[in-house]
Amino acid sequence: MANVLVNAPKTAKRGSIVEIKALILHPMETGFRPGPNGRIIPRNIIERFTATWNGTEILDMEMSPAIAANPFVSFFAVASESGTVGLRWTGDEGFVVEERVAIAVE
Amino acid sequence: MTARHFGIGLAIVFAASCALAQGLADKGETDKRRSGTQDMGEALQKMQDDDTANPGMLFVQLGGELWGKAAGAAGKSCADCHGGAASMKGVAARYPAIPKGADAPVDLEGRIDLCRTANQQADRLPSDSRELLALTAYVAHQSRGLPIAPSDDPRLVPFRVGGQDLWKARQGQLNLSCAICHDDNAGKKLAGVTIPQAHPTGYPIYRLEWQTLGSLKRRLRNCLAGIRADSYVYDALEYVMLDLFLMDRARGLVLESPAVRP
Repeated sequence: MANVLVNAPKTAKRGSIVEIKALILHPMETGFRPGPNGRIIPRNIIERFTATWNGTEILDMEMSPAIAANPFVSFFAVASESGTVGLRWTGDEGFVVEERVAIAVE
Repeated sequence: MTARHFGIGLAIVFAASCALAQGLADKGETDKRRSGTQDMGEALQKMQDDDTANPGMLFVQLGGELWGKAAGAAGKSCADCHGGAASMKGVAARYPAIPKGADAPVDLEGRIDLCRTANQQADRLPSDSRELLALTAYVAHQSRGLPIAPSDDPRLVPFRVGGQDLWKARQGQLNLSCAICHDDNAGKKLAGVTIPQAHPTGYPIYRLEWQTLGSLKRRLRNCLAGIRADSYVYDALEYVMLDLFLMDRARGLVLESPAVRP
């Protein structure tokens, strides 16, 4: 179940710097921990997080097993034109989540 | 009116004014109780206050989805009986309580479980399962900002007193009671950490150490393990009794669910 919280401004001044914050529910299982039966719990992490602004990539982040559960990412972008910010998380076990937010630039 | 009746009337007025004066004196006194939030660093406080940075809100969101989803043989969702979440306002501020037809109190998780088994005819949700925590967080979130106002039900009194006895009882290999840390030494340091006063203001809490949401029961089990005592079994009434006592001790403090703790 995709469960995401995104915090981005609805409007921004042209040329200003905006902060975009994204929080996602994910166990980020490291692949190093033994489970109750003594067997290693298979790794289940988000491997990659990307952000696009009107289709142009503005952030590409590789995630590692050392990142805690429910990763919170905050990043900055220059608001040059109105459009849609696309956020995409991909990871182990076929994990794909996409989220879109609209930002109007004045 | 005879002289005797007049005397009784005066006595009542006098008693009432005494009670009023007492109430005012209580308010004038500085309240030394503080929520665990005040003992956290600024960064964590900001994380808790920002609804898009507080990971507990992910569970509230999940709880909202579950609230509207039918479950069990009855095919009913929480919303089918209770309507919107607004109907849950204030519930977390007064629980634990004794449900209709029962003689022992249940906590909020226990109440949700009762609704599931009796009204939805669904299976119980395991303690500290994601679904149960999410629903509890969703319900508790509706009381955020309200003062803790425990029920005045007289049947709760013996359980509350029992909770206080547990609070004060030394146990475990370290031979400590809850009160020794959280009443007598609160505000001092245990290793690098400030010992909180242990007011249950934000349950279920998102604890960074757990990397997930957890109940008061989990927190109590954690403390019991810390003093090297045997934890009570999962369904034990002891947890509810301690919950009752702690909520009464925190009466009037503001609920913050879901809170973030280190």
